[in-house]
Amino acid sequence: MQLTNILEYLEKTAPEVPDKVAYASEEYSVTFSEVYRNSRAIGSFLAARGYYREPVVVFMYKQPATVVSFYGVVYAGCAYVPIDEEMPKHRIELIFENLKPRAVICDERTKPMVEAFEFGFDGEVFTYAEMVKTEPDDEALAHIRSEQIDVDPIYMVFTSGSTGVPKGVAACHRSVIDYIENLTDVLGITRDTVFGNQTPLYFDACLKELYSTIKYGATTWLIPHNLFMFPIKLVEFLNEHKINTLCWVVSALTMISAFKTFDKVKPLYLHTIAFGSEVFPIKQFNLWKDTLPEAKFINLYGPTEGTGMCCFYRADRRFEEDEVIPIGGPFHNTEILLLKDDNTLAAQGEEGELCIRGTSVTLGYYNNPEKTAECFVQNPLNTHYPEIIYRTGDIAKRNERGELIFVSRKDYQIKHMGHRIELGEIEAVVNRFDEIKICCCIFDDEKKKIVLYYVGEIDKPALVTRMKEKLPRYMLPNVTEKLEQMPFTANGKIDRTGLKKSYIAGRK
Amino acid sequence: MDELLEILEELHPEVDFNTCTRLVDDKIIDSFDIVTIITEVNNTFDVAIPAEEIIPENFNSAQALYALIERLEEEG
Repeated sequence: MQLTNILEYLEKTAPEVPDKVAYASEEYSVTFSEVYRNSRAIGSFLAARGYYREPVVVFMYKQPATVVSFYGVVYAGCAYVPIDEEMPKHRIELIFENLKPRAVICDERTKPMVEAFEFGFDGEVFTYAEMVKTEPDDEALAHIRSEQIDVDPIYMVFTSGSTGVPKGVAACHRSVIDYIENLTDVLGITRDTVFGNQTPLYFDACLKELYSTIKYGATTWLIPHNLFMFPIKLVEFLNEHKINTLCWVVSALTMISAFKTFDKVKPLYLHTIAFGSEVFPIKQFNLWKDTLPEAKFINLYGPTEGTGMCCFYRADRRFEEDEVIPIGGPFHNTEILLLKDDNTLAAQGEEGELCIRGTSVTLGYYNNPEKTAECFVQNPLNTHYPEIIYRTGDIAKRNERGELIFVSRKDYQIKHMGHRIELGEIEAVVNRFDEIKICCCIFDDEKKKIVLYYVGEIDKPALVTRMKEKLPRYMLPNVTEKLEQMPFTANGKIDRTGLKKSYIAGRK
Repeated sequence: MDELLEILEELHPEVDFNTCTRLVDDKIIDSFDIVTIITEVNNTFDVAIPAEEIIPENFNSAQALYALIERLEEEG
């Protein structure tokens, strides 16, 4: 029968490889039978308390049990919302305001943090340890399953919003199944795959490892975040655990190649390297390619709203320094439309907004019909029946071979260390401080620095300390500059272009 | 040392680099900062920090990092 629930991957695989390690960290690991048993225990626990068809927050540090909790929430017929201990409280508060969750799953370390939330969360707080003591209730779980269909949401992940309020992208079984089927086909995932996970569990990026692992009976190592600062230790970790497949953001890969790490130590088992979220500097890409000439390199492209990735390109050769690695073409069962300003299709070589059509388009932003309506829109090429496409805001074009090339953004969204950031969100947060008169964020594309200019009665150290309380780590400006007054253009807008020019001239 | 402190304070004006000895352990600096520091040190002091020296012990304090730079300058 047709696959309609993401948990069917686990139910097929667990009996085949019960004692194999599914997810591992430096501290401990869980086998497939443990994942199966414990996620059903969590599902039963939630079901017995009446949680159904609603968001359940998973607030745990990055560890194998976090993944088990995700599946547990789905077993209960609910949608999981991953929150991270490193998220500032203010951001968590905004997310809770949007979701109005009734329950949070914690571990021993995060439980006191939830209890200390100043905004006063009055729902129930459960710990993973107490939940897994529940005996799985087969009958209750079977009943829930019989009522589930493949357009029911399984998660909400929050992404940067330009007004200062993060947006929760909701995705359903069908989109994730479509994604995993096609992604694993392109990457060539098998039971022998050993993933080294880099991306945080609170973004869609980790879907690649988590769901591919239960589909194939592969293994995923959760790599300690700290190692991504220390290239030799990182490569040694890959070798120690015989990791052969990576799906990393580009900055994590270049951290290794840029410091001549390969002269000292080489990855011994790697054969598949997927990368994305940023443009790969060609010099660094070629270093990887030369070090691992037999390995498969695949460029992935896609927004959270398109269930992770929607395009891929097999980078099977060296590139010249002036070339750009294409984002290629869509996965099977997805179509990419390049729409010009007049909503007609761009011809080859012409630029257009990259729009996604297909099952990979997610359900929209949770509890946010206004923002959803802005970019989940009727396909303008189809006037005959309802058909939603997602407008990414990315400008792209097709080269002479028909391959898609990323050109730029339509707005002030940037990619920084693999994270998607709205510069407007940083500005909105800073502008809310009483001492601030006005501020403006620019991005130095070449040096990859977020630069904040501000006018106000606060010195730099104090402002940075305040920002740390409100913004996630990866959104903190890398350079903060106080100005006597903000430059304006003739028609009264902040002169962003001028600021950027003078910043770049100043650093040279 | 002043030049090094300038580089570090540019990145994190809110941190007292004269006293802090747990920059890595307390997650005050991240991988972006490390990449920036290595690049800036290379520009300012003309020393390339090799991969085998990119370890927590060398980045936990301004003093440790300065000692590394001096050692690399002597070896250079």
